[in-house]
Amino acid sequence: MKLLKFAILALFAGVLIYASNDLPYRGDPDNLMHAERSITDTPVKGNYFIQEAYNDARTPNMVTVVLGDYRSIDTFGEQVVIFTAGLITILVLRKQRRREE
Amino acid sequence: MLEFFTGHYAYWFTVILLCVGVYGIMFKKNLIKKTIGLAILQISVVMYWVSIANKWDATVTTLDPNIPVDQVANYLNPLPHTLMLTAIVVGVATLGVAFTLLIAIYNRYGTLDEQELLEKIQ
Amino acid sequence: MKEQFQSPIVLLGSRLLSPYIMLFGWYVIIHGHYSPGGGFQGGALLAASVLLIRVAGGTRLSSLQLREVINTPMATLGVAIYFLTGVVAVLAGGFFLDYGQLPIPGLEAAWLRYYGILIIEVGIGLTVMAILIMIYDNMVKGEDHA
Repeated sequence: MKLLKFAILALFAGVLIYASNDLPYRGDPDNLMHAERSITDTPVKGNYFIQEAYNDARTPNMVTVVLGDYRSIDTFGEQVVIFTAGLITILVLRKQRRREE
Repeated sequence: MLEFFTGHYAYWFTVILLCVGVYGIMFKKNLIKKTIGLAILQISVVMYWVSIANKWDATVTTLDPNIPVDQVANYLNPLPHTLMLTAIVVGVATLGVAFTLLIAIYNRYGTLDEQELLEKIQ
Repeated sequence: MKEQFQSPIVLLGSRLLSPYIMLFGWYVIIHGHYSPGGGFQGGALLAASVLLIRVAGGTRLSSLQLREVINTPMATLGVAIYFLTGVVAVLAGGFFLDYGQLPIPGLEAAWLRYYGILIIEVGIGLTVMAILIMIYDNMVKGEDHA
């Protein structure tokens, strides 16, 4: 049984490594991901972030602009997730403690 | 051949890290160790995203007045970095929830072993 | 449960380090516009400075620095800062979280976005700090007697 599990894991790793050989070269500036225009001839969003971040928000750090301005509603969702995680720790453990008493 | 290796070895290492995480989930009996395996798996995905966002001869995503911005090859793509930045913190918070649930399970059943738990639940 | 081991050297070292880590955390939040940093990283540093005292000094001593009761209001304050910034932008006639419409006189839209990002980064920092401390506090409650 354990041997079967190891075989499955090795097969999984082999499939993943075989698939990763067809990925684009790491760091190649000619990747489709880094290109100016995408395959469907629409502008790639990352280039817009690089070029217009300072003009839009006067902030040199592009990651901050993407985090706080362009994707601010997404960040708000993340913050609510963190907040909910904290509330869950309070609720679960408080109930446990009351049962012990 | 060497170019192929330098272009792909980062992917192989993230695959190995992912398999270490899957090993922890599949083989370990203790639930804490399974949770640590989940955390390793998550970190491997984060490292994969950061590695595909790399560009040779590009600088960090902070605007430098000496480096022109109209040539986008000079800067890294900020979008994957932003996504992983939030994913790391949310991962820490959800890991806290996982350990909280494990503490609750331990307080109720007195064990964290998978087989003993299955017997005690029935 | 085992009694916590009290070491004056560890406590002194933590007391020396903690204020500087907290100052560095605020620096990372405020200076996140110009260097790598921001609310998430700065909040984690702030939480680290408080948790250092929590680990070294135990519950009774660390409550002198930051009491456990403050955690939940501080996390709520962080979410409220973020949400109210968006709501103020809506009331001023823009979209939700459209900082260019914030009612601060004498600034053009790009600089309003600058300050809007700063405000929400502080909110994120407060929430992350409070939640990380909250997770630790709830996990170890009733387990240390120092």
